[in-house]
Amino acid sequence: MPKLIKGDQVVEDNWHFVGLEDTDYSTYDRVILPLAKWLELDDAARLGGHTAPWIDSGEEFEEAFAKVLQAPMVVVHFPVFMDGRGFSTAEILRNRGGYQGELRAVGNLIQDQLFFLKRCGFDSYQLREGTDLEAAVRSLQDFSVTYQTSADTDIPLFRRR
Amino acid sequence: MYRYDQYDRQLVNERVAQFRNQMERYVAGEISDTEFLPLRLQNGLYIQRLAPMLRIAVPYGLLSSTQLRQLAYIARHYDKGFVHFTTRQNVQLNWPVLEEVPDILADLAKVEMHSIQTSGNCVRNTTSDQFAGIAPDEIEDPRPWCELIRQWSTLHPEFAFLPRKFKIAVSGSESDRAAILVHDIGLQIVKNGDGELGFAVYVGGGLGRTPVIGSLICEFLPWRHLLTYLNSILRIYNRYGRRDNKFKARIKILVKAWSAEKFAAKVDEEWQHHKDGPLTLTQEEVERIKGFFTLPEYKTIDGADAERALQSQALDNIDFQRWLKRNVIDHRVPGYAAVTLSLKPTGTAPGDVTDAQLEAIADLADAYSFGEARSTHNQNLVLADVEKSALFSLWQELQALGFATPTVGTLNDIICCPGGDFCSLANAKSIPIAEAIQRRFDDLDYLYDLGDLSLNISGCMNACGHHHVGNIGILGVDKKGEEFYQIQLGGSSDENATLGTVLGPSFTQGDVPEVVAKIIQVYVDNRQEDELFIDAYNRIGLAPFKESVYAKAD
Repeated sequence: MPKLIKGDQVVEDNWHFVGLEDTDYSTYDRVILPLAKWLELDDAARLGGHTAPWIDSGEEFEEAFAKVLQAPMVVVHFPVFMDGRGFSTAEILRNRGGYQGELRAVGNLIQDQLFFLKRCGFDSYQLREGTDLEAAVRSLQDFSVTYQTSADTDIPLFRRR
Repeated sequence: MYRYDQYDRQLVNERVAQFRNQMERYVAGEISDTEFLPLRLQNGLYIQRLAPMLRIAVPYGLLSSTQLRQLAYIARHYDKGFVHFTTRQNVQLNWPVLEEVPDILADLAKVEMHSIQTSGNCVRNTTSDQFAGIAPDEIEDPRPWCELIRQWSTLHPEFAFLPRKFKIAVSGSESDRAAILVHDIGLQIVKNGDGELGFAVYVGGGLGRTPVIGSLICEFLPWRHLLTYLNSILRIYNRYGRRDNKFKARIKILVKAWSAEKFAAKVDEEWQHHKDGPLTLTQEEVERIKGFFTLPEYKTIDGADAERALQSQALDNIDFQRWLKRNVIDHRVPGYAAVTLSLKPTGTAPGDVTDAQLEAIADLADAYSFGEARSTHNQNLVLADVEKSALFSLWQELQALGFATPTVGTLNDIICCPGGDFCSLANAKSIPIAEAIQRRFDDLDYLYDLGDLSLNISGCMNACGHHHVGNIGILGVDKKGEEFYQIQLGGSSDENATLGTVLGPSFTQGDVPEVVAKIIQVYVDNRQEDELFIDAYNRIGLAPFKESVYAKAD
């Protein structure tokens, strides 16, 4: 089973990611579905804990905001690691939506983005294939000082100095 | 100037440790070139034509003598003994060794310096007016606001992977010496009818491939809201800026595509979620930061006496008079003046300074100007707080060092990027063009007669030499592997910023000085009384220049 970082631990990933073109995923117990597909599910299927939506980089999700906030987990997809739109998606879900569930970053992410991902509100991270996750976990602690507010920091440094 | 506390120090030290680890992993082959690219860029490290290049941040251009000495040490120890001052008030090392860059960063951190976000698709060094805090026409010192922006933007988790680079400039005076209208965000400090301080916010200005003058999207933003509003602009840009084509990824393209009105409305809508939130600035924090930019301990001097004494020193000394006229400006405090050290002596790449010169400047800063110096976007340095009675001896020392070239603001005070001699992006060389023009115009009386005239040279359309906003702008272009130069006229970067218009077909390197001479002659023939070049151009237009330059020889 593939692994990912959850919190600051390396764990097995028991979710299956369903791409836009994938049609047959009935054999999987827990599936991460494209947002549009997930929204088509009935309430029981959406909220039963066995499905979660993934939001693509740049995908407009505000229209479905209320439903997304009910999901047991929300996944944000980064198609390339240089595409930083997912950082804003996470901030909006956490800060504006007050989303409390698991927020997962997937795609071609690199170790050196972990600290920023965590600050924006992600709490599980699937890094690009071939990453030494045990070593990568350390990057979650790259900095002990931050200036700004973010999903993980309500009070900016200037109000704490 | 701003001094680090334990938080700032810790953050910069942790950044050094992070980059050291990244460099080790890169050298060990654990990080690919593609992945290392943004990591090194966000630490100012480029891989250039001949060697790596490291860009060091000089926040809003302020340098202490201690920092100058450390830069000298770094230039000598890690490089070939010189540094280059850029058009964004930063410093570049042209020959560092890749593996030694973490050590350089550690040495910078010792004197409260860094290279964080001096490149890459993130918020860059915030730039400002080199005469901040001393200019007679100043509404409010922009530097505390620059520092607040610096801290907010440093390692901002949401905005480290923007569509493209992002540059902010702040002006606190009526005359804009920070070129704010050609920045992604330009902030003009203003006061409203009630005397309350705020910002006029311009977005979407920029040079490069598609030069644009910024649009006003907020006439008066009360100071408390500065960071929440900036955060909102950045979020809109991060989400909606184009990412499919790097040449269309700057915020100016988004603002144009949407219109400034729509962009302003989107920002306003986003801002409603941030406004009055925890990022809202407090009086306490603003006062704390302002406390770092208090006035030095000026002596009480009779301004009229000081001026009389100076004039009598200048009597019969034409060289000193020239320098006073071009390189010294008035100060808000009686008896003081600000002195520009010209980094443009003929034969030296504009903005280049050696290690020994840096140390000498540090000594001068200590002796004459409360231990501080400033870099300018025109690639010069400024000693901002010099007693008028000390100007003569300072001038003598500057002459010996080669920094007294009395040409500030003239045609020979050329802004010039490193160009094809160093930069791997360049289409053409720019430094030899600058030198050839300086040699062609070596008659000081003629230069003074021409008055204020900016000539800016970029070696490619990325426009680091700001050619679009030079009264005369020169752009290096590549034509089938050969270097040619396109000339533009009529640009300016002040509060009435305009972009230059292309004169016509480009020229060979050898032709450029004569073409500039012809352009100047058209101005001289047409000007009315003391009319400046830019005013004459605006009155008579491009046609007479074009006719003269492209006239067929009989």
